[in-house]
Amino acid sequence: MSMPVIETIKLKKVYNPDKIPVVAIDSVDLTIEQGEFTAIVGPSGCGKTTLLNLIGGLDVPTEGSVKVADTQIGQLREAQLTDFRLKHIGFVFQSYNLIPVLTARENVEFIMLLQNSDKKEREGRSAELMEKMGMKEAMDRRPAELSGGQQQRVAVARALASRPKFILADEPTANLDSKSTESLLDIMSRMNQEENATFIFSTHDHRVIDKARRVITLEDGKITSDERR
Amino acid sequence: MQLGTYELMIDNTVRFYTGHLGIHQEGYWEEKILDNSFEGGNQVPVTNENITVMVPRLTSFALSSFGDRTRGVMVNGIDPERESVLTALDKKIVKGRYLTDRGSLIAEGLASYLKLQVGDTLVMISQGYHGVNAAGKFPVVGIVKFPVPELNQQSVYLTLDEARSFYGAEGLLTSYSILLDDPSVTRQVQKEVEKQLAGTGLRVMDWKTMMPELVQSIELDYYGGLIMIYILYAVIAFGIFGTFIMMTKERTYEFGILVSIGMKKRKIQAMVAIEVFLLSLFGVLLGVVASFPLNLYFYLNPIRLTGNLAEAYEKFGFEPVMPFSMDPVIYYDQGLVILFIALVLGVYPMLSIMRLNSVKALKE
Ligand SMILES: Nc1ncnc2c1ncn2[C@@H]1O[C@H](COP(=O)(O)OP(=O)(O)OP(=O)(O)O)[C@@H](O)[C@H]1O
Ligand SMILES: [Mg+2]
Repeated sequence: MSMPVIETIKLKKVYNPDKIPVVAIDSVDLTIEQGEFTAIVGPSGCGKTTLLNLIGGLDVPTEGSVKVADTQIGQLREAQLTDFRLKHIGFVFQSYNLIPVLTARENVEFIMLLQNSDKKEREGRSAELMEKMGMKEAMDRRPAELSGGQQQRVAVARALASRPKFILADEPTANLDSKSTESLLDIMSRMNQEENATFIFSTHDHRVIDKARRVITLEDGKITSDERR
Repeated sequence: MQLGTYELMIDNTVRFYTGHLGIHQEGYWEEKILDNSFEGGNQVPVTNENITVMVPRLTSFALSSFGDRTRGVMVNGIDPERESVLTALDKKIVKGRYLTDRGSLIAEGLASYLKLQVGDTLVMISQGYHGVNAAGKFPVVGIVKFPVPELNQQSVYLTLDEARSFYGAEGLLTSYSILLDDPSVTRQVQKEVEKQLAGTGLRVMDWKTMMPELVQSIELDYYGGLIMIYILYAVIAFGIFGTFIMMTKERTYEFGILVSIGMKKRKIQAMVAIEVFLLSLFGVLLGVVASFPLNLYFYLNPIRLTGNLAEAYEKFGFEPVMPFSMDPVIYYDQGLVILFIALVLGVYPMLSIMRLNSVKALKE
C-alpha cells in the first residue's frame, strides 16, 4: 500500500531572484504516499500555497525536483504539463471556481469532457459523485444557486471525477462556515476511504487540522515538523 | 463610394464649364476680352483619337433689355450641335425649342427677370471686337434652365455666326472646349495638343488649371472625409480594443482555473477566438441594423445645406443638399472593415492567453 505518488527532492522556490529575493520554499524533501490525507499547516506566508503550486506543476521550482508517480514533471513542456494535470492531478481552490454557466453536474462532466471520456461514462461518474457529495437534488443548479459549501463539494467532485493520483486543495474551507467546513471534511475523508483518493490540503483551521492523518508544518519555507496519527 | 461621387462631380462640372481641356489665345485666360480671341474657322486645329468632341465658343458680355428692364448678360456664341454633345444644352430646354440657325436661347432666371416669353425679341448692346459698337435684336426661340444661379440669371446663347456678326468678330473664337472619352488620359492628350499648337499663339489648359476652386474643394472634401473616416475607425477600434481588454482581464482568473485543471491554452484560445468572432459579427450586424433607420431617415429627408457651403455647391451646379446613400455596398464595405479591425484586435486576447501565468492569474 505504501507507494509514493509525490516525491520532492531539495525543492526550493525563490521569488524575485533579481530584486529582493524571497525564499518561499527552502530545501523541502517530501514524500506523499498513495491514500494519504495530509494537511500542510503553518503561519501565513510560510509557503503553503507555493508548495502546493510546485507539486501541482502550476509553478516552476528554482531548484530541486518534483516527481509524480514516475514522472519528473520539471521535464515536461507546458502543454504536456497541462495535459498531465488534467489526467493525474485534481485541484480544489479556496474560492470554488466553478464555471458559472454550467450546472453542478456539468461542471463535473466538463473535466471528463476535456479528457475525451464518452458520454455514458461522464453521466455515470457525475451522477455517482453528485450522489456521494449529497448533491443529488441540487445537481442541475448553477453555481450561483448553490451555497458556498455546496459549491465546494461540487469542486471536490470535479477534482475526483477523473480519478487523479492525488488532489491538491489550497485552503478549501477558508470561505466556509463551521458547519459547511465539517461536512466538506467528512466528505473528503469519506472519499479518501471509499475511492482511496489521496488528499493534500493546506489550512489554518484547527478543526481541519484535527481531521488530518498526517500534519506537515512549514515555517519560513522549511518543514519543521511532520507527524502522522 | 466617395470617389465615385467625385468622378461624377468632376464630370458634371467639367462638362459644363470648360471641358477636360480648353484652347485659348495666349492671354485670354488672364483677361477674358474679345480682343484676346483667335482666328478659328469651324475647322478643328488639332486632332487626337481620344477627343470625343471639340466645341468652339465665342463668349463675351452684353447689356440686354426687354421692355423697361435691363441686365448684364454673358453671351455665348455656340455651334448648337457640338454644344449639345458637351453640355447637353438641348436637354435643358424648358420652353420653346433648341437653337438651330437664328434667334437666341435665354436662361430661365433671366427670362423671368426681363418678363420675357418665347417669341419676344431680346435687345442687346455691347462693345465688339476692337471697340466697335455692337447692337442687335434676337428673337427668343427657347428658354433653358440651369441649376447654377449664376448661369440661370445671365446666360444668352446665339449661334456662332450671329454672335460673330453681333460683335463684329468675323471668323473669331474665344475658346475650344475639348471633351475626352477617357478623362485619365487628359495629361497625355494635353501634351500632344500642345505640340500641335506650337507657334500658333494658342494655349491649351486642363480643367484643373482652369478650375482650381473645383480641385481645391474636392481635395478638401475628400481629405476631410478621409480624415473623418479614419478618426471614426480609430474611435471604433479603441472601443473594440477596450472591450477585448475588459473581456480578457475580467476572465484572467477563469482562464487561470481552466489552465490549472488541465485545459490546454490552445483550447481556451480556440474558445475565445470563436467568442471574438461571434461578438464581432454580432456587433457589426447590430450596428447595421441600428443605423439603418437613421440612414433611411436622412435618405428620405436629406440635410439641406446653408451658407457658404450651399453657395459652393450651387457654384458647381449641385443642389445644396447632403445626399445620403442607401447603397447596400456601403454597409457591406464598412461592415467588413469593422469586422476586420475587430478580428485584428482579437489577436490581443489570444496573446494574453498564450502569456497567461496560471499562478498569477489565480491570485487575481
Ligand atoms: N508571486 C510572488 N512574488 C513574490 N513573493 C511571493 C509571491 N508569492 C508569494 N510570495 C511570498 O512567498 C512567501 C510564501 O507565500 P505563500 O503564498 O506560499 O504563503 P502561504 O503559506 O500560502 O500564506 P497564506 O497562508 O497567507 O496563504 C510569502 O512571503 C510571500 O510573500
Ligand atoms: Mg496561501
